[in-house]
Amino acid sequence: MERIDLVVIGGGSAGMAAAIEAHNRGVKNVLILEKDGNLGGILNQCIHNGFGLTEFKEELTGPEYLQRFVDQVKELHIPYELNAYVSSIDRNKVVTYSSKKKGLVKVQAKAIIIATGCYERNAGAIQIPGDRCAGIITAGTAQKYLNIHGYLCGKRIVILGSGDIGLIMARRLTLEGAKVICVSEIMPYSNGLNRNIAQCLNDFNIPLYLSRSVSNVKSKDGRLCKVTLSQVDEKFQFIKGTEMEIECDTLILSVGLIPYISLLEYIDCPTSTTKGAIVDQYLQTDIEGIFTCGNCLHVHDVVDFVTNEGREAGRGAALYIQGDKLNNKSILVKPGEGVNYVVPQKIALPINDDISFKFRVKKPIKDVNIVVKNGDNLISKIVKPVLIPSEMVMINVKKEKLMDNPQDITIYLENRNNG
Amino acid sequence: MDREFVCIVCPRGCQLKVDSAMNVTGNFCPRGKAYAISELTNPTRMVTSSIRVNNRDDLLVSVKTSNAVPKEQINEVMSIINSLSVSAPCHVGQVVKKNILNLNIDIVITKEIE
Amino acid sequence: MYLMICHDVIIIGAGIVGAMISRELSKYNLDVLVLEKENDVGNKTTNANSAIVHSGYDPVPGTLKARFNVEGNKMFDLLCDELDVPFYRIGSLTVALYDEQLPLLKSLQERSKQNGVDVELLTGEEVKKLEPNINPIVKGALLAKSAGIVDPFNLCVHAMENAIDNGVKLERNCRVEDITKSDNYYKISTTKGDYFSKIVINAAGVYSDKIASMIEGIDWKITPRKGEYFILDHYKAGLVNHTIFPLPNEKGKGILVSPTSSGNYILGPTSEEVLDRDDVSTDKDTLNMVRTGATGMVPSIPFNQVIRVFSGMRATCTRHDFVIEHSKKYNDFINVGGIESPGLVSSPAIAKYVVESLIRPLIQLKEKDDFNPRVRRYHRLYNELLKDSNDFLKDNHDYCDVICNCEKVTLGEIKDVLSRSCPPYSVKALKRRTRAGFGKCQGGFCQPRIVLLLAKHYGVSPLAIPLDNDGSEILVEKIKDNK
Repeated sequence: MERIDLVVIGGGSAGMAAAIEAHNRGVKNVLILEKDGNLGGILNQCIHNGFGLTEFKEELTGPEYLQRFVDQVKELHIPYELNAYVSSIDRNKVVTYSSKKKGLVKVQAKAIIIATGCYERNAGAIQIPGDRCAGIITAGTAQKYLNIHGYLCGKRIVILGSGDIGLIMARRLTLEGAKVICVSEIMPYSNGLNRNIAQCLNDFNIPLYLSRSVSNVKSKDGRLCKVTLSQVDEKFQFIKGTEMEIECDTLILSVGLIPYISLLEYIDCPTSTTKGAIVDQYLQTDIEGIFTCGNCLHVHDVVDFVTNEGREAGRGAALYIQGDKLNNKSILVKPGEGVNYVVPQKIALPINDDISFKFRVKKPIKDVNIVVKNGDNLISKIVKPVLIPSEMVMINVKKEKLMDNPQDITIYLENRNNG
Repeated sequence: MDREFVCIVCPRGCQLKVDSAMNVTGNFCPRGKAYAISELTNPTRMVTSSIRVNNRDDLLVSVKTSNAVPKEQINEVMSIINSLSVSAPCHVGQVVKKNILNLNIDIVITKEIE
Repeated sequence: MYLMICHDVIIIGAGIVGAMISRELSKYNLDVLVLEKENDVGNKTTNANSAIVHSGYDPVPGTLKARFNVEGNKMFDLLCDELDVPFYRIGSLTVALYDEQLPLLKSLQERSKQNGVDVELLTGEEVKKLEPNINPIVKGALLAKSAGIVDPFNLCVHAMENAIDNGVKLERNCRVEDITKSDNYYKISTTKGDYFSKIVINAAGVYSDKIASMIEGIDWKITPRKGEYFILDHYKAGLVNHTIFPLPNEKGKGILVSPTSSGNYILGPTSEEVLDRDDVSTDKDTLNMVRTGATGMVPSIPFNQVIRVFSGMRATCTRHDFVIEHSKKYNDFINVGGIESPGLVSSPAIAKYVVESLIRPLIQLKEKDDFNPRVRRYHRLYNELLKDSNDFLKDNHDYCDVICNCEKVTLGEIKDVLSRSCPPYSVKALKRRTRAGFGKCQGGFCQPRIVLLLAKHYGVSPLAIPLDNDGSEILVEKIKDNK
């Protein structure tokens, strides 16, 4: 069995950044395994612009952004295999993959980075009521048909969910000749970035209905013909009498993304409420030598942050391969009031570096302090005028503040009016 | 009268406010200010789309305008883009149409196709 | 010149019953044609049911249901071996949660004796040992070891494939609109034109009463009942090891919790009488009934693992039994209707009976010398990965080119089903055969590639590829088409 220091599973933004970082830190025996025919992952189909402002201080389209990393991978001669599907990994870090070129291959890795991205919640998962028919499709799939292959999945379209892919698709579909009738969001607020509501909906006069969801779909001859949108109450139950019937041929779903971590689930790797693995600050999972980053750890809003997190995992894996024991004692990081989750969920001791915490808030909130406590000791308080669930919040805490008598850490929101 | 809108320059999405004297508030960075003024005087947008690759079945390559185009001309820009095609291989930065609508703006490929 | 071809037998309907009868008839030197209104075989009731091979203890003794269930169950090992279909005898547990249900369990045990089915009465403690996730209040259960789970889609597809390989012909997208009897043949008018046959077998499922009524008045009627289900993803911890039934009631066997032959879990069905025979919609309230029923027996069901909800239509008949008989007026018109549960398990026994007892008296049945009961072996990467050595993969790299990530379905598997005698024409038909798109992303990632593969294989535009029946095309317009 071939021995490889670092196997990176997934050649998207997170995986490429992780491999490059590990390489730059001296780990040269790296292999990136990518299931598709190209590196770059989902960015290949995100042809809109808005990527790279943090990373490159300029605004790039998805393919341009990914190409910069593909170029680096090639320049550094980091080995990668395309159309290589990892079917399993085990706790001893044997990676089994299959590819058209090589057939079935097993390699022994010293460390593994899982960077397998996420998948879209779909009609099955959200149990859309009504007929099963053509014309119900997730935003990402519609995006692939449109941007990569050049096919419209519909001409009169209702979009359910105001996540960013849904908003982006509203604009793309409109520009390419479809009529987007409306976007409907079950929550009382949008789940997309403000700029996307402005430039993807407002620019094209596409209405956004809040607290409304699909209460029925009707089909004719196997194709969607009508969607009923109903107002929901605070428990998300449909309110009778608020039905709005819309004749359309397509319902596009943009109702959330879920980390894709089947490989980790099958080796009993503990997961958190993000539906990704539990990790420490090195992004090491509870299984020694297995690291994870990007959208399969938690779903990000901005790709630049994915790249950054890939680097963190690349660094962690390099330290591990070069002999650092990372899995000593650890303390927990807990989300408190108003906070949905925090990554990392634990911190390995001793603390050698500043730590960046990433989290999302539960609902839109104004004038709050983000409070970080070490046990009962306040170690950081950050003023925020507004926080929304669609934006990932990142805060850095200096190691000096944490090193002294580290206890479990809590991050919570505190209303500024109440002190 | 004050105008309020969301800045689209970056994902931060600042809530901008512009008064009648063109004073901008709510912006986090200078680019927000520039955006606010341009949005009131001459609103422009980058257009991203894709064009057919002649020698590949069912494959498009992505393109963009080299600069933001006036908002009211987006449809004309789309018509031009829809008429274009290219043969693989093609490269990031390759210009497929120069100076569209005399705007001194090009249509540029944004993806590598081997 | 108009040349009339008169077939020996025309079978109306290519669900599990039609497919099994076709296969049975393909053993003989006959000209057999199957007419199917859908664009694939097994696209209705066969496609949406609990996928259980019932043991047969439950039907009322003396009924056709009891007879064919018990006979059919015994045929499944050989059948699924010949047709290369996943089948596992995992056993079923019919559970009593309350003391007052125990007498009913006893009476079911009595009934099973009458039906000739071996069962065991277990105590609550014994049940808990077999099923750690069962509701701990469980008081007892009836264990029927001969019950099993099967892949019903491929049982039907492979049966039809085997029939076609042995000479049967299939017309899809062919809806029967009228049947007229002449002296010695039937004229069957369809959406594809007229067909002629000496013998007609009506295996039209939820429409079997409509077909039967085309030649005479009948004293039975289909009162279709819809059943809604949840499907859970396969996940490592696992949920149950057996098919778990509640005690049966007047509406049927009740809401079950079971593994499927593909490692998923199925919860359901409900049982609602409906008017529209094609209404396979789902709704929240009904699904909540499934939720309540299922969690009553297995409280810890992880509903966050739900990957799909669906509903299926049962061909429930006013006779409360299968209708398997010659028409009253004509011996050579055979009705096989009202095949609701336990129809799947009964189907091979029904087919045998129809051919041996109802058709043999009508026409000479001469066995073919070259009948081959087996389908060409199916290969799957998923199965190869479970083996220690993978010689097959060494020479077949297409079977290493994964298209559906969730279910590990490869290009090799897709090319294979496309090359067979009963190939898929729709995304759903391909999914049924290969499981591509069956997993947690529900085809989100692989569907575009599959649509393009189908289009290329059939030499048509991707715009022509339907999700399900013709008319359900996925894509509506090619953009920037400058040619």
